[in-house]
Order: sequence, then structure tokens, then C-alpha cells
Amino acid sequence: MYPSELRYDREHEWVRVEGDEAVIGISHFAQDQLGEVVYIDLPSTGDTVSAGETFGEIESVKSVSELYSPLTGEVTAVNVALTDTPETVNEDPYGEGWMIRVKMDDPAQLDEMISAGEYEAFVNEGA
Amino acid sequence: MILRTPLYEEHIALGARMMPFAGYEMPVQYAGVIEEHAAVRSAAGVFDVCHMTQFRVFGFGAADFLQSVLTNDLDRISAIGAAQYSLLCDEGGGIIDDLIVYHTGDLEYMIVANAANRVTDHDWLVARLAAATAADGRPASDLVEIADESDRTGLIALQGPRALEVVGELAGEGFEPPTRFHLAEARLDGIPVLLARTGYTGEDGVEIVCHESHAPALWRALLSFPEVTPCGLGARDVLRLEMGYHLYGSDMGRGVDPVSAGLAWAVASDKGDFVGREAIERVRSRGADRKLAGLLVANGIARPGYPVLHRGTAVGKVASGTYSPVLATGIATAYLPAELAEPGTEVEVEIRRKRVVAEVVRPPFVKHTSLS
Repeated sequence: MYPSELRYDREHEWVRVEGDEAVIGISHFAQDQLGEVVYIDLPSTGDTVSAGETFGEIESVKSVSELYSPLTGEVTAVNVALTDTPETVNEDPYGEGWMIRVKMDDPAQLDEMISAGEYEAFVNEGA
Repeated sequence: MILRTPLYEEHIALGARMMPFAGYEMPVQYAGVIEEHAAVRSAAGVFDVCHMTQFRVFGFGAADFLQSVLTNDLDRISAIGAAQYSLLCDEGGGIIDDLIVYHTGDLEYMIVANAANRVTDHDWLVARLAAATAADGRPASDLVEIADESDRTGLIALQGPRALEVVGELAGEGFEPPTRFHLAEARLDGIPVLLARTGYTGEDGVEIVCHESHAPALWRALLSFPEVTPCGLGARDVLRLEMGYHLYGSDMGRGVDPVSAGLAWAVASDKGDFVGREAIERVRSRGADRKLAGLLVANGIARPGYPVLHRGTAVGKVASGTYSPVLATGIATAYLPAELAEPGTEVEVEIRRKRVVAEVVRPPFVKHTSLS
């Protein structure tokens, strides 16, 4: 449920590093807690996101949550398909449900993130 | 202390996500709100509503007493088995609760009311009864008993176009279901029940009253049908709002009269005196200042408390709001100045940082169901 090649944060985002870019999405745990996603508000290509700041919102029938960026950088791609099919986040949170791609300003920020094992332990503690 | 319904263990076994509601630990969802909602609109869904309040009001003075405290005309359910939506109001016309009153037998009525209002309603009814006199001058309390049956009563709702089919199977041969807004005794899988053709979803279906000890067996019997899906409070809220059904505490409360709430149809002005009559008639004749309006929100989900604006000026707040899977859009209610509560008016809802356009419409939001 928590692929080991990804890095995670305690706000339930995951990051996949591809060269100097990072793909960001939300974890299986986050999508399960939210329930069926019906709206997603994401930034645009060219926008800047900052570590620890919100970069969008995700909304299910019952609740709304902010999306927090674990990294600082420029958005180089946005998964616009999610606008029409937001439920993809539930169905495939680590694949087709990715949200944004960011050109990292400071790859050292990845060191602040936690591993799959640490994240799983965090979730099991009742995050 | 948080209470549990007799079906608590069933919910846990089904993997429900539980949350506190009206003092009870209740299932908010099992498989998911959208899936459960779809089951009710297309087949059948089963809901634990054991938390709800039941009063039995009986005796030679029961009808007169209820006629004097409820807003709707009890004479319309003079036939045993008939039921009616009604309101309990205070002298100022404020809504204490909304409820369904069932004429269950000779000199006997059953009231099903909101769980959160159980104590308030009971205290109110008992105090009004203590103050009432019967036609011959004798204390009304000599002629009426009010019994709170909530603890020993289980209530399970089975709703959806296929609900009656399932009930028929469990009731066995020769079963004739009660007509809409009527109830009848039945045996489902051998369990003695009262079967009421009422609900809170806009679909055909029943609410099944049983002894609380029988609730788990009944629940399992209903779920043994593949067409029946367990549904939580999440789906229930979406279903009821799609129909424009009011939720006590969100769409109305003590501070609102029935006319402003759009519930004047449940207030009989052609019957004798009843608590709140004068105040309600005053609002009816001069017109409500603010009215509950339905809102279609195209680009977002308006949630309770979000500000509603008209040409940049705040004019109200969202009362109820959710996402309608049938319409694939946001739907909401809000109290607005009467002149803005007219269908076709364009307003805005402030959804966090954004203002989105909303159109005032007349509920129900969803027009076609197995009841229409």
C-alpha cells in the first residue's frame, strides 16, 4: 500500500524522484480517509510551490482537505485529467492519480521526508 | 457517554467507518458514499436508524392532546395505519422538532422524532400535557400517557426501488404492503414488526420498527439479499438533500418558524388552536423576511456555514450543502432574504478563497425517483 521507492510526508503526500524533478500525489491512506474524490483544485504549469505550503485542495462528498507540497520548486506538469476524473486518485493514487510534477529548487528537502516504512508506522499510530 | 445502537457489532463486522452523531456512535459509510447512494437510487439500501426517538402516546385524550401540540391536522390520519409529517413548535412558532406521527391503533399514536431532540421533545410534551385540560375540565394527563419507547425500539430503513420486493420475500405469501404514508403489522423472517411506508431518501421503501433485541437478526436478513447494500449517514445526508428534505439543526431549529423554513404545508390553519398557531399565522399573513432556498452550485461543494453573497454583499450562510452524484454538481440550502429566495436568482457562495456562482432553485433537486 506504500511503495518503497517513494518518499512520504506526514501530510500524506508522496514524492517520486525522476532526475531533478519530483512527481507528487497523495497516499493510499489519504485517499481512503477522504472517500470518493469529487473535486481537485491544482496549480498551473509555471506556478511555484513551496515546501510546507498548500498547493491545492481535494474534496470528497463528505470533506475537504488542503494539499501540502513537501518540496519547493516550479510546477512543470499538472495532471489535468483529474479535473474530469478525480476518482482516479482513489483508484490509482501512486500511478494515474499523480497530481503535479515539480522541478526541485533544493533536492535536500527530500531528506526531510520519510520512508515507506516510517510512513506506515506513522499511519498505524493513528495519524 | 457515547451510546451504541443494537447494530453496533454489525457495523464493525462490515468495516464501517464510525462517527459520533446525536450521542450515538453511528456508521458514516461502509463502501463509500457514492456507491451507497447509487445502491439506494437504483436497487435498495439499508440504514441503521435505531438511534431515533420513539414515543407512544395513548389514551382517550391522545388525539386531542396531539392535535393541540402538533402543527399538522391529526384528523387527516383518523384511519388507523395512517401517518403524517408534522412539527412540534413553541409559542413563538419556533420549531422544536420535526417528526412523523403514526396512528398505530385504537386511541394510540407513535411519534418518530430526531435522536438529538429526545429529551427536549419528551420534556416539552410532558409539560404541555401537565398544563392541558380536557374538554370536560379534567386534567388532560388523566386521559393521556406518553411513553418513551426509544430504548427498546429498533428502527431499520430499507429504501430504494427494489425495497418492497425484498420486504415481500421476507414477509412471505399473501403479504400486502401498506400504501405510502401508512403502516401495518407484519412478520419479516418470523420477526414481528411494524412496517411503515415512509423514508428520508425520496425512494420508495419502508422503515421497519422492531424490538431492539430483534434488530440484528432483521438487519442480517435484509442484507442476505444481494440487491441490498448497507448505507451510512453520509449517503443518507446526500439522498435527503437531493430531495430537499429538511435536516433538523441545519435547515431549521428553534429560531425558525415553519413558514420561513418552507414547511407551511405541514401547518394546518383550518384546525383548532395549537401551540405556536398565532405566531405562525402572523408570519404567514405578513410573509417571511427570510426563506430557506435551494441552491445549485456548479463549481464546487458549498458546505454548511459558507457565506452566501448577492452582488458582493453577504446575504446568508449555507445551511446544508453537499455534492449530488445524480446531478454531478454541488447542492445546498441557505436562508436568504425573501426577495432573493426566488428561483432563478443568481447568488454567490464563498467556497474558501473562491466565490462561485449559485442559482436559486426550488427543491427537490432530483426530480425523478421511484416515488415520482
